[in-house]
Amino acid sequence: MSRAMPQPSRNHAEAMLAILVALLWISPLVFALWAAFHNASDAASFDLGAPWTLANFRTAWAGAPWLTYLLNSFLLVSLVLAGQLVLTTLAGFAFAQVAFRGKDTVFLLVLLQLFILPEVLIVENYRVAARLGLLDTLLGIGAPYMASAFGIFLMRQTFRSVPKELDEAARVEGCSLLGVLWRVYVPAARPTYLAYALVSISTHWNNFLWPLIVTNTEGTRPLTVGLSIFAAPENGVDIAVISAATVMTAAPLVVLFLVFQRQFVQAFLRAGIK
Amino acid sequence: MADAFTLQRRRRAIHGWLLLAPSLVMLTAFAFYPSAATLWASLFSRGTRRRPAEFIGLENYGRLFDDPTFWLVATNNLLYAGVTIPLSIALALVMALWADARIPARSFVRTAYFTPTVLPMIAAANLWLFFYTPGFGVLDRIGGLFGAASVNWLGQPETALWAVSAVTVWKEAGFFMIFYLAALQTIPPDLREAAAIEGAGRWTYTRRVVLPLLMPTTLFILVNAMINSVKLIDHLFILTRGGPSDASKLILYYVWENAFAFFDRPAAAAMTVLVLAGLGTLAALQFLVIDRRTHYR
Repeated sequence: MSRAMPQPSRNHAEAMLAILVALLWISPLVFALWAAFHNASDAASFDLGAPWTLANFRTAWAGAPWLTYLLNSFLLVSLVLAGQLVLTTLAGFAFAQVAFRGKDTVFLLVLLQLFILPEVLIVENYRVAARLGLLDTLLGIGAPYMASAFGIFLMRQTFRSVPKELDEAARVEGCSLLGVLWRVYVPAARPTYLAYALVSISTHWNNFLWPLIVTNTEGTRPLTVGLSIFAAPENGVDIAVISAATVMTAAPLVVLFLVFQRQFVQAFLRAGIK
Repeated sequence: MADAFTLQRRRRAIHGWLLLAPSLVMLTAFAFYPSAATLWASLFSRGTRRRPAEFIGLENYGRLFDDPTFWLVATNNLLYAGVTIPLSIALALVMALWADARIPARSFVRTAYFTPTVLPMIAAANLWLFFYTPGFGVLDRIGGLFGAASVNWLGQPETALWAVSAVTVWKEAGFFMIFYLAALQTIPPDLREAAAIEGAGRWTYTRRVVLPLLMPTTLFILVNAMINSVKLIDHLFILTRGGPSDASKLILYYVWENAFAFFDRPAAAAMTVLVLAGLGTLAALQFLVIDRRTHYR
């Protein structure tokens, strides 16, 4: 019976361990943050008393067109999200609320795309993008992700849970099919949209391989690709400057995350649970 | 009357297909057609300016199976999956149990675990570079305090793959934790009380009650982790570029290299087909086994 009550000493040890792991987990980030504000030799020698400096940020900032990269990332994420919202809403609605023959077969085909990842199809997707004239464009980076099977699935699940009475009431009022979708289903799915948007933004802000392949000029590269080029060993940039550049590129999303932490976590939860 | 009914059904079908059309067009262009084209390309020889590509059947696959690098890369990927999947899932579970327990600084702990998830893999790789760099990297410094010799974690074949795997686990564990955390919160608290009345200790309660209830979540995470073990290769571009001597090269990186560095499209296509076959098997398993189980929930 006494074992049922948790022993305080063991609990303390466990809490200590949990906090220790937490510190360990953010230590790479903390170290980079610290190194970014110190000159390279101090960062390398781990001199905790060394003077703070902004020189690394100045050097990093001057070393690459960060503003262009930032703008590209921002436009890319917006473009992908806009495309995804429109396409997944329409398709999700069709799968959830319109009855027609062949629907289940098509739905299975769509689900297949959960496993045929755009990442795996880089070779042929590159040729498709080339043929459509989309190489080195933001649309070319975003297009393969727009008809997201995951998003379609998510929207279908959400729309299915909308009470049928609301739908019928709107139809009686004389709403067209798209009118019903816009007036009844879209407002009802607002939390799902928010969740999906956050997941999509963080995924595409961080995406690297496909943007690397499709882009070949500074004018279209997103931040991740820009950072990888800036930090490439051939460029011989020192560790403190790379830290500064890394902090700069990671900052927007990390700050966004820290501010909207609760929504972020809820978003990932909502998106993950079927 | 029947006519009006047929008409209405036909109209519904047209609406349905119209709503699906934009998605189907995009899926065809960037998923279905490329998949078929990959399969097709894997059956042709590498065309040169003088000699156009010609149909050679399964020769590309034969060439691939004769390529020792392919086997090395496939083995690497299996090891990578074998290490990162169980480790990140186990860590995620422990983290979720901690983040759900009544401990001090809980929200800090939660945030700390989750933060790596919002970092780009490229940025994460840069952060870890400082840990691994021989001489002045953090790991070497800590090792130095205990008198250990300097280790070039990323530069030697024995450690490179493990060093790369560590970054993946670091990045993934916090992400998977979130799903466990959500599942933990759906477990009714009376179960814990009932277990306590029965005299079950915390360990028994976790093992006999919590873990079985988390099973559907574990399966869901498992599928995601398997997909990630194919997909997550961004950090290779920063940390090792597959080296030294291919010791940390993974399949998708090798596909990229074949296609965009060696310009050997047939080899890249054949490898992609094998990856797709693997993922397809996984999909079939998910639909047949896992979905059925979660439905009964």
